[in-house]
This record gives sequence, structure tokens and C-alpha cells, in this order.
Amino acid sequence: MGEVAGFATEPAAGARPSFLRMARRHSILLVGAAIVGFVVTVTILAPILAPYDPTAQSPGGRLAPPSAAHPMGTDQLHRDVLSRVLYGGRLPLLVAAASVAISFSLGTGLGWISGYFGGRLDRALSVVMDAIYSFPSLILAIAIVAMLGPGLLNMIGAIAFVYIPTYFRVARAQVLTLKEQEFVEAARAMGGTHWRILLRHIAPNTLPAVMTVPSFTIADAILTEAALSFLGFGLPPPTPDWGFDIQNGQKFLQAGYWWLITFPGLMIIVVSIAFGMIGEGVNDLLNPRRRRAT
Amino acid sequence: MGGLGRYILTRLVMTIPMLLILLTVVFLILRVMPGDPCLAMLGGRNVGPEVIARCRQELGVDRPLVIQYLHYLSSIARGDFGTSIRTGRPVLVELFLAFPATFELAASGMFVAVAIGLVTGVVAAVRHDTGIDHGVRVLNIASFSMPVFWIGLMFLMLFAVRLGVFPVGGRLDPVGAALFQPITNFYLLDTLLRRDFGLFLDALRHLFLPALTLGLVVSGFIGRMTRSSMLEVLDREYVTVARAKGLVERVVILRHALRNALIPIVTVIGLEFALLMGGAILTETVFSWPGIARFLLVSIDARDFQAIQGTVVFIAIFISTVNLLVDIAYARLDPRIRY
Repeated sequence: MGEVAGFATEPAAGARPSFLRMARRHSILLVGAAIVGFVVTVTILAPILAPYDPTAQSPGGRLAPPSAAHPMGTDQLHRDVLSRVLYGGRLPLLVAAASVAISFSLGTGLGWISGYFGGRLDRALSVVMDAIYSFPSLILAIAIVAMLGPGLLNMIGAIAFVYIPTYFRVARAQVLTLKEQEFVEAARAMGGTHWRILLRHIAPNTLPAVMTVPSFTIADAILTEAALSFLGFGLPPPTPDWGFDIQNGQKFLQAGYWWLITFPGLMIIVVSIAFGMIGEGVNDLLNPRRRRAT
Repeated sequence: MGGLGRYILTRLVMTIPMLLILLTVVFLILRVMPGDPCLAMLGGRNVGPEVIARCRQELGVDRPLVIQYLHYLSSIARGDFGTSIRTGRPVLVELFLAFPATFELAASGMFVAVAIGLVTGVVAAVRHDTGIDHGVRVLNIASFSMPVFWIGLMFLMLFAVRLGVFPVGGRLDPVGAALFQPITNFYLLDTLLRRDFGLFLDALRHLFLPALTLGLVVSGFIGRMTRSSMLEVLDREYVTVARAKGLVERVVILRHALRNALIPIVTVIGLEFALLMGGAILTETVFSWPGIARFLLVSIDARDFQAIQGTVVFIAIFISTVNLLVDIAYARLDPRIRY
């Protein structure tokens, strides 16, 4: 992941950048951000926007197909699917944001230290991170949640753990190339301490590469959260959650109640694609040279 | 022993420390994390503290961590994965029974993914910057942005429930399965060994939707890698030379370009195997596929600690083996790698 170009074409050489051209050039980023912004807003405003209480019976009967009163139908407990879909994004977005924030800080921090100081610590950390990285992330997350038990914090912890190596690897690789450069030597000649050199001079320069990672990991974390909830490792019912609602809808699939699983699933896809688009856009923005190569 | 043989042996020896680290990480996750397996197993049940103490003693979790760790490694080395408290059978036996189903699914899923990924990637590269190219790229991104289980459910709804052309789950039709006696538990192989062609087709029909589901999700990564790798290769002089020689475009693309583009693609295929295993858990759940993933989930449900640990260790060993095979394939493909 990482080195992917956007859809917009590069302006001809020498062309003067205008706002319109900038917008066109980074259309993938803007569209992705707009979708994410929309979904986040809708999720936050769910109490205002949702026509019904997501956990209470609503009028209109059980398992009613989509209609004017229930645009996405109702489930087996008379609950309005639209309301559940609106509320159902809260958990995935919260879990994804929190866990990526944790793995970003831990992974990047460890990567800086490991790459800068090198030696035994670096070798040990690298092999451990490689081992975690090589293991199927979903199975690892399941194993951790299985040990810790279901629940919000445990789910965040499990997902955060899984993505630490991704940040570690990117940050460490950046530090390794940066620490050989002249400005680091200059800082050292001026008598800067190790920590000062690392945090003031090297760390900020690793960020362009590291910052391309979060959107992709959030996209992936949302899928992981959905999968964990689908498998029943999320919050207990009746909390609305896209992944869990799909698991619930699965029971009624053979009877043909398609609306129970279709809408939450579409939301997961839209959000995941949108974060992926942001990732590609940020990548174009921060690492413009890599666009042509891929 | 030839050069390749020695290379394989060297890689095999190199795999051991890597596997050891992976096993250590698994141990740390399962044992050192907060949470007591005995409390997890028995906590909800109405038992006294002496029962929990006995369970700790049996599992050895009351001993010092270093002793536990050595015991853990030596048990694995001896092929002792513990006993499932749910079924009462050795965990390894359970895993060997379930593994063929997972392997059949994973291998056919990978086949689908490689087929779709290579074809779309090559087409996108050849038709670079056209509508086809953009379309393929959007589809690739969409493919790995979709939850595996949701695609599976959608396929089930459309092809199994609505159209009725494929079964809703399982590996065989219940009637056929009742009479069928598996030999290796690889059903495609077993039905052929039994010369039951009808049952073979039935097994294939059951495999189709799960394999397609799993394959679609992984195909995006392979397609993307194929496209960028092909784009890079198509610019090279030897491709121009091949064209200048007057070779048919198809030969230029497939023989000269694709063969050289294949090396990074094989690496991606190897890396995606981990993703594939994760996807297999979800696919097995959706399609009631009696594989390792299902065994893991049922074990978690039963709080069967030894079975959970054994399954995770088994998957770790499996992943290491696949990585080894990918390296060997890599060496075969790239004559520059000296062995």
C-alpha cells in the first residue's frame, strides 16, 4: 500500500497552478474528504436526523420492506433500519479513529527510537514487528479480543495492536535514510543531544511518509471492526453497529429480507472507499514524485 | 543436490528463527496479556476457587513465565498442541481434520484472485490512462474496501436464495454428504479418488461462491500490483526490442513483459496470503464451511483455551510455510537470485 496514484491527471509542466486546477488535481482527496465529512456529520447528528429510536420498536410492523415511512425497512424487532444505520456508524468510526491514533503514536514512536538508536533494541523490535506484520491481522485481532473478552476498549486495543508494525516500519525506514543526511550531521556537530536530534530534526521529516498511512489504516480498521462485530466480538445488542446488524440480518437472508444486510454493508463500503481515497490523495499531495512511477 | 536444493535447505533453516519469533509473539499475546485463561474458561460458571486453581495447574499457567514458555515451545516441537476441552480430542487432530477444507477454500480463492488480478492488471496497463484503466482501478480499490462477509452474503442472496443456482453453504449436498466417505478431506480430490463424478461437480458447486468471494477481495491488490509492475516493464528497452523484432503484440505482452513483471507480483501474492487467511475466517462463517476458522470461532465461544492457542500456532506455522514457498517460487522466477 502507499504508493498509489490518484485519478486526476497531472497538469502540464509549467502550467500555473490555479485553485480550480488544484481542486481538479486533488479531486480524489476532496471527494474522499467530502464523503467522510458527510458520514461523520450524519453520524454525529443521528439523534436529530434519525426518524425513530434505533433500539426501540417503531410503528409499521416487523421485517417490513422499505417504504415511505421506513426508507430502509424494519428488522425483526420492529426497529427502523435507517435509524440504526445512522447510529450504527458511531462505533466503527470511534473504534477506527481511536485505534489508529494509538497505533500511529506507538508505532511511529517506536520506529523513530528503533531506527535512530539502532543496535540490539532495533534488531529485536524489527523482528518482532515483522512477525506481527506477517500474521493475518484479523485473526490476530480475534485472538486478542478472545483473550481479553468483548467490549469497546478491548476491541480498540486489539485493532490498535494489529496496526503498530505498519507505522513502525514506515517510520523506521524513514529515520534510517534521514539520519545519514548532512543536516543531521550538522545538528550533531552543533552539539545537539540524541533526543533533540531525533525529535527536532529527524522526526518532523518522517511525517510526510508516515502521514500517508493513517487513512489507509482507518479504512482497514473499519473493515476489521465490522468483521469483529459481525463475528460477535463487539458491543452487546441492542447497540447499533453496521457489522453487528449485518450478522443479525444474516439470519433472515434465506427468507429474502435483503434490506437488513444491504444498507449497513453499503455504508461500510462507502466509508472504507472514502478513507482509501483520502489516503491516495494525501499520498499524491505529500509525495508528488511517486505519482508517475506507479 | 543441485543449487536450488541447497537454496531451499538454506531458506528452510532460515525459517526456523522467524517461526520461533512468531511463536514467541503468539505466546506473549495469549499468556502475558491481562486475562487469565482459566478465569476466562470457568469464570462465568458456578465453580469454586479450588477448581480454578486446579485448572491453572493443569494448563501450567501457575508456573513462572519462563517455564511456561519453554514448556510451550517443547510441546509444539513435539507436535503436542494440547487437548480440546470441548471435544476431548487432541487439538492437532481437530486441526488436521479441518485444515483440508480451509486449504481447498484458500487455494481456490487464491486461484480466482490471481486470475482476476492478472487479467485486469495487464489489461489496465496495456490500456493505460483510458476509461478501461480508470474503471479497473476503481474496481480494484472497491474490491478491498468491501467487507468479505458482506460480499459473501450478497452472493448468497443473489445466487443461492433468489436464483437458486448455487447452494447456500456447506461443502456437499446433505444427501450426498451422508453417504460420502472422505479419504483425505480434500473433497475435490476425494470425490475424484472415489470416481464419483457427480459428487465432484457438487463439491465444485459448493466451492464456487466461497472461492469467488474470497478471491474478489484479494484480487484488487494483485490487480494493482500487476498494473504498476507491467507499466514499469512496458517502458523497458527489451520490450521495445521485442516489438521491433516484429513480434505479435500478444507475445510481447505475455512472454516478454508479463514474465518480467511477475516477480513483484509473486511477492504480493505471498503477502496477501495472510489477508486471505483472515478473509477465510469470514468466508467460512458466511458459507458454513467447516474449516479451521470455524473451529477457532467455536473454540472461542466455548472458551477452549488450548484449542484457541493451538489454532493460532497452527496458522502461524502455515503462514511461515507459505512465505517459504513464495521465496522458493521467487528464486525460480528470477534467475538473478543466486542460490
